[in-house]
Amino acid sequence: MTSTTTTVVRVAALTRFGPTALGVATLLLLLIAVEVLIRAGFINNYIVPTPIQVAAAFERIILDEGIGSRFLLTFTEAFTAGAMITMVGVLAGVLLYRFDLLRRATETWVAALASAPTVLMYPLFLVIFGRSAWTIIMMGFVAGLPPVILKTIEGLVTTRRVLVDVGRSFKLSRMQLFTKILLPAALPTIFVGVRLGLIFTLINVVGVEFLINFGGLGQLINDLAERYDLPGTYAAIFFVILVSVCFFVVIERLERWLRPVA
Amino acid sequence: MAETGRLRAASIPGVVGSPVLWLRLVIIATVLAIWEAVAASGLLYRDVVPSLQAIAGAIVRLLSNPEYYWNLGVTAGEVGASLVIGGLSGLVVGLILGGSRLLTKAYEPYLYYLGPTPKIIFFPIMIMWFGVGTGSKVAMGAISCFFPIALSAAAGMRQIEPILIRVGRSFRANTWQMATKIYLPAMRHPIINGVRLGLGVAIIGTLLAETKLSNSGIGFLIIQAYSLFDMPRMYAMLIVVFVLAIGANAFVGWVGRLDRVKIR
Repeated sequence: MTSTTTTVVRVAALTRFGPTALGVATLLLLLIAVEVLIRAGFINNYIVPTPIQVAAAFERIILDEGIGSRFLLTFTEAFTAGAMITMVGVLAGVLLYRFDLLRRATETWVAALASAPTVLMYPLFLVIFGRSAWTIIMMGFVAGLPPVILKTIEGLVTTRRVLVDVGRSFKLSRMQLFTKILLPAALPTIFVGVRLGLIFTLINVVGVEFLINFGGLGQLINDLAERYDLPGTYAAIFFVILVSVCFFVVIERLERWLRPVA
Repeated sequence: MAETGRLRAASIPGVVGSPVLWLRLVIIATVLAIWEAVAASGLLYRDVVPSLQAIAGAIVRLLSNPEYYWNLGVTAGEVGASLVIGGLSGLVVGLILGGSRLLTKAYEPYLYYLGPTPKIIFFPIMIMWFGVGTGSKVAMGAISCFFPIALSAAAGMRQIEPILIRVGRSFRANTWQMATKIYLPAMRHPIINGVRLGLGVAIIGTLLAETKLSNSGIGFLIIQAYSLFDMPRMYAMLIVVFVLAIGANAFVGWVGRLDRVKIR
């Protein structure tokens, strides 16, 4: 390899990984600064634990607090709500697309519901479903449903006219037109709605678990905070953020993977 | 709240006497009739589905109660303060990130992925940092609205036409002049959109924090109604909060559109 080629490769690697390295380095520096400031007494250790204390707490919350089973419980609640929003949302979207007058009458309401703070209904759901997993699942369902309905309608309405005309020229039945033309064409947009819905669902599931002190990861944070276990609380919050970020990355990749296929 | 698509214009204009209006009225009447029938039947636990008369009465009592307005003022103050703190810091971070490709690549992924995480889990930390009073609620609202505003500002900064920036530089505008005369006017639409999203999540963040631990505000009143099992009052408060939140959201959207009309 000539020296010019080596330089080009180095510059390319720096351009590609340089910003990521800068981001990671800044994060590490920030953690070191917090550690130093707490040890020097500038930040009260009774309010903010040191990053080392938080890192050490991970072992404890994994072994003693059963974070695995709590994660599974939260996952099950989010998955159930996610399956419900997908089924009900897509079905409702298809129905509203099929009956145009109904769509024009109710689409504004669905959009208003999407911008309403529905999570505030959790005390109402507590009364209806009791302090149980169903309160959490139903809150996730209500929060995640509107984007799925809206994006399903959008996907079906914006299907290219020429595709529908091709289907009609082949004399496809209404059902064939839907399954062979409309649904495949609308699938990427529907998945955008499902992705948004799943994000809202996960936020609400963890949030309501925390608020009503019941269930998996959200309850763990509440428990640890009430026990004044600060390193554990920070570690649990960090774990929830990590799980959320992994979840978002996975569904984003899934959406990208689905797009070219459809 | 994330953007879930704009409404089609066809569904908005005045449609007096149109089939759409009639269908809406029929749906509303049907839902209310079913509600009243369920309330009267006693099929569900008493008071879980209160009669429409009881809910209407509770709304009237609520809106004629000065204490409610005091609590509404507390919540509005917290949301306003959180929007100022979270919005301004989000705007500054967005401007800085959007102005540099290196900083965008280095730091924006953190904002992008942290943005949709459930913010309410930070509440125990906020209580430790800012106390059990108003401070922790403002902090919750500020954290909630920081992310959408920062991301919108960064995206807006990137889509400014280079010619506008060149014009500013050719007039030898300083940094402040560039920000106030070029950048901010050119990116007002993404910023207004970010504020609209930020306002929604700031309201949610603040109210949820109030339901968890507080002694004033609308969130406190809602959880108090739950504790007292005063269901008509709870329904009344939820209805009023929904109307206010949707109205505030629509108002910010209207401000954005008003500006667009003026430009044309």
